[in-house]
Amino acid sequence: MINRNEIIETIKMIDSQNLDVRTITMALSLFDCIDSDRKKCADKVYEKIVRKAGKLVETGEEIAAEYGVPIVNKRVSVTPISLVGAAGGGYIELARALDRAAKATGIDFIGGYSALVHKDMTPYENNFLETIDEAISTTEKVCCSVNVASTKSGMNIDAIAVMGRKLKELAEKSDSFGCGKVVVFANAVEDNPFMAGAFNGCGEGDAVINVGVSGPGVVKCALEKVKGEDIATVAETVKKTAFKITRVGQLVAREAASRLGARFGIVDLSLAPTPKVGDSVAHILEEMGLESVGAAGTTACLAILNDAVKKGGVMASNSVGGLSGAFIPVSEDIGMINAVRRGALSIEKLEAMTAVCSVGLDMIAVPGSTPAEVLSAIIADECAIGVINNKTTAVRIIPAMGKEVGDTINFGGLLGSAPVMSVSRFSPKAFISRGGHVPAPIHSNRN
Amino acid sequence: MKAIVTVLGSDKVGIIAAVTGELARLKVNIEDISQTLMQEHFVMIMMTDVSKSPLGIKEIGDKLKAVGENIGVDIRIQHEDIFNSMHRI
Repeated sequence: MINRNEIIETIKMIDSQNLDVRTITMALSLFDCIDSDRKKCADKVYEKIVRKAGKLVETGEEIAAEYGVPIVNKRVSVTPISLVGAAGGGYIELARALDRAAKATGIDFIGGYSALVHKDMTPYENNFLETIDEAISTTEKVCCSVNVASTKSGMNIDAIAVMGRKLKELAEKSDSFGCGKVVVFANAVEDNPFMAGAFNGCGEGDAVINVGVSGPGVVKCALEKVKGEDIATVAETVKKTAFKITRVGQLVAREAASRLGARFGIVDLSLAPTPKVGDSVAHILEEMGLESVGAAGTTACLAILNDAVKKGGVMASNSVGGLSGAFIPVSEDIGMINAVRRGALSIEKLEAMTAVCSVGLDMIAVPGSTPAEVLSAIIADECAIGVINNKTTAVRIIPAMGKEVGDTINFGGLLGSAPVMSVSRFSPKAFISRGGHVPAPIHSNRN
Repeated sequence: MKAIVTVLGSDKVGIIAAVTGELARLKVNIEDISQTLMQEHFVMIMMTDVSKSPLGIKEIGDKLKAVGENIGVDIRIQHEDIFNSMHRI
């Protein structure tokens, strides 16, 4: 039987260390909704989401109450809409249908306004990319992701150039907020439960439950008990804690899948912070011995953390997937926000950190005057890290309209607030204007 | 179905009577009970069987929460699997 200390430990993790299941995401295939009549297509999409995910929120709340563990978000991800709408071309209608379905089911976000253009773009995908600013600025709950590079195929500079321009246009149309719902990927994964990048990949099933766990606060509290001990102890402590956190995710995922008549997909091991005190990845790194995140040693500490989380998590779940790494968003992590404010953390250091963890430059605000080609070039840098190192990287960057370095942009809720960070003033315009395709790296030839 | 009831709070007269009385009304059987004071905090843990109760764990939890609010302690009920998952391989 479970002993008293174990019971008290679990309750403490939930009550005072912010242990929660960050999201239950139902991934739905929309291939059976394709229709050359754009209205019919949108109607079928709405109907399928409401039918399959109608009980998602209620079921999530039931499970949370029975096990006594909070489930923060209930979400849906769908087949990339660039494909679903290719025959009819009604991309904006589809975005509206997704938004209506999200509101009807009561979910927090719906992901999958997405395109996979890592090698080349078809004419319909090109049309799709051009709709992103309108689709995201005129909907509330729709999230967008675009895969512009992969280790197997190289980098699509044309798509990267379009995305830089689109982010600027979206920022102008949505007072910057829309850009928090758009992410540009290299090596996007097909079973990610986290927004804004969740979509149901073409190799996935019809209705699948993917779960994202959380718990930076739990890891930090565990590390407080091993102050001054050697690094191997730190790694071991993180590993054991990650095991416990992930087991909760695995339990919730299995239970949700069985109650919703869906297949259990994966547990994503990412440590996802929130702006709340006691829920910060940055504070874990500082607990490891850094005066501030951003100091020399930050990349090493993050690598230790990320690896130990994976080792503990893999043991705890029979199916691990998604992004599975520590998230380092700026606006959603109080420790990151403070580090930027005290001048300890720059975009360049964040870029280095993304080389050793998922997922990338996340929720970073830059001056609204930043040119489109600079945004594109930042995306290209991040893609290069992903492509060459065979990992997922992403960029979710927010041109803060009318704001300059040192100002703050407030998103509210889980998205938090971000200090506007400085970017290099030297231009990459001629590089991005070249366009074309970066060939796949040599190590893609593994056959 | 087994569930674990935990009662946390400052010690006072009548906590056990209030909690066990409510569990009896809800037809929840108590299989094991332990109680202690940890740093002056009252901690009671009960292993229960809820399969004979007409209510589900969520509804039982709501009733217990109301009892807890009355007597000024924190009462919760959780499916035992959350503890088994976290602490057993």
